[in-house]
Amino acid sequence: MHLNDIEMCDPIIQIADLDFAYHGQSVLQDVNLEVLEGDFIAMIGPNGGGKTTLLKLMLGLLKPDRGRIRVMGKPATSVSHHIGYVPQDVHINRRFPITALDVVLMGKLAPGKRWSKNAEQDRRDALEALDRIDMADYTHRRIGELSGGQRQRVFIARALVTRPRLLLLDEPTASIDSKGQTDFYLLLKRLNREVTIVVVSHDLLVISTYVKSVACVNRRLHYHHQAEITGDMLETMYPCTVEEACPVELVTHGHLPHRVLKHHKE
Amino acid sequence: MVEALQFEFMRNAMAAGLLASVICGIMGTLVVVNRIVFLSGGIAHAAYGGIGMAFYFGWPYLASTLGFSLGAAMVMAAVTLNAKHRADTIIGVIWALGMACGIILIDLSPGYNVDLMSYLFGSILTVPDADLWIMVAMGLFIVGLVAVYYKDLLALSYDEEFARIRGVPVTALYFLLIGMLAVTVVMVIQVVGLILVIALLTIPPFIMEKYARSMLQMMIGSSVLGVLFTIVGLWISYAFDLTSGASIIMVAGIFFFLNLLVERLIPDRRKSATSLIPE
Repeated sequence: MHLNDIEMCDPIIQIADLDFAYHGQSVLQDVNLEVLEGDFIAMIGPNGGGKTTLLKLMLGLLKPDRGRIRVMGKPATSVSHHIGYVPQDVHINRRFPITALDVVLMGKLAPGKRWSKNAEQDRRDALEALDRIDMADYTHRRIGELSGGQRQRVFIARALVTRPRLLLLDEPTASIDSKGQTDFYLLLKRLNREVTIVVVSHDLLVISTYVKSVACVNRRLHYHHQAEITGDMLETMYPCTVEEACPVELVTHGHLPHRVLKHHKE
Repeated sequence: MVEALQFEFMRNAMAAGLLASVICGIMGTLVVVNRIVFLSGGIAHAAYGGIGMAFYFGWPYLASTLGFSLGAAMVMAAVTLNAKHRADTIIGVIWALGMACGIILIDLSPGYNVDLMSYLFGSILTVPDADLWIMVAMGLFIVGLVAVYYKDLLALSYDEEFARIRGVPVTALYFLLIGMLAVTVVMVIQVVGLILVIALLTIPPFIMEKYARSMLQMMIGSSVLGVLFTIVGLWISYAFDLTSGASIIMVAGIFFFLNLLVERLIPDRRKSATSLIPE
């Protein structure tokens, strides 16, 4: 792994020899990963390959069967409220009676903080977070009235309102059209100046332009650093695959900045 | 209507109906946004097992019914949390078993048999003062709990996973919610009957869900709608000499379908306004 980026210093996520099984079925095996501060990493791989599971392990929502996972130098479960999390949109009830502002305020909940003493400060922070992602005009809209892309922005504001150092996103562009996706990743790129980002996606558009590194997850994990992604740009498409890894297809009419990952060395 | 209120039983019926509306408006909002209508039905029916036990074993009525439905509710909550895909089936089984258990135990009890119809449709016209006070106390208790845990309940209802990450004690809170629901259902059934409880838990919140901008608005709106249905229903029941519980439900049902019809006929202005705004 090359450590040639200046802004990358400490590993914000450290995963060592991690195994995880669900109902006796191995989902992740022998996973090792170090995410450095300032990274913008995409986790790609087939459905059921363990991307979302790995994200939930990072969040401390699941516990590994074997191995170690540390976030910001501490066990994942003890720092989860310092992580900004943007869940998959599909799980959320769109008819729920709630405004964009109230969704963002939900990010202000903290362990043991029942009666917030500075509701006014919370509100200012929430408004500022909405402004930061260009959603200030939609503050008092019901969440169900927003488009998929707008809704994802609100979820990002909810994740950002506590100013986390780490932002985890689970397939954030699943319900956004391709124009919206471009805007969305531009926004993430902008946020990445201050925040380390891990985004789960099975969308190659992500890799092509915006991210700094790629982790291919299919039970095992293969990490590709930025230098490696850009290195083979002129070669035609190689899916990041050995026999078991991500079967990814890329269809294009040219003029796209192709990025190709090296074969996993095993 | 005013002349009807000269009678004490009418005043009590009105008070019971209004209290039930407010309690069900608050709990029903939580039921509808958490999509646990089926679970509520399960609790309400399984509670009959507790009534059977009270009769057969000669246990105190309220303690037995409350204990039995709290037990059944906790099992349902545990199944819903741990095996979501199986939850509806298990709830269906407990629903049926509790009811059957109650009926058989009452069959086996000597002497006076409780009337199943009064369990289903209640006896809102014969509510004693004591029951009204119990409902007032329960209403205050529920309003208090919901007020204290409002933000956490909101987070739990909207996005359970995110709530967990923000340190909300999701599991404990979910059991508390289901426990509150069990207590509500049992107490209110005593007064207005099972069918009216289900109707008040679901119809007003369902209508309000479309218009409310917050869970609090939905709770208040549902309570107001419930109160409206109760007043109109009781008046119809008095004027035309019809069963009171069923009349209230008919009013709610007609309003429900009228509302759906109006929604269909009048194009949703809010929706079209959003689509005009460029992203």
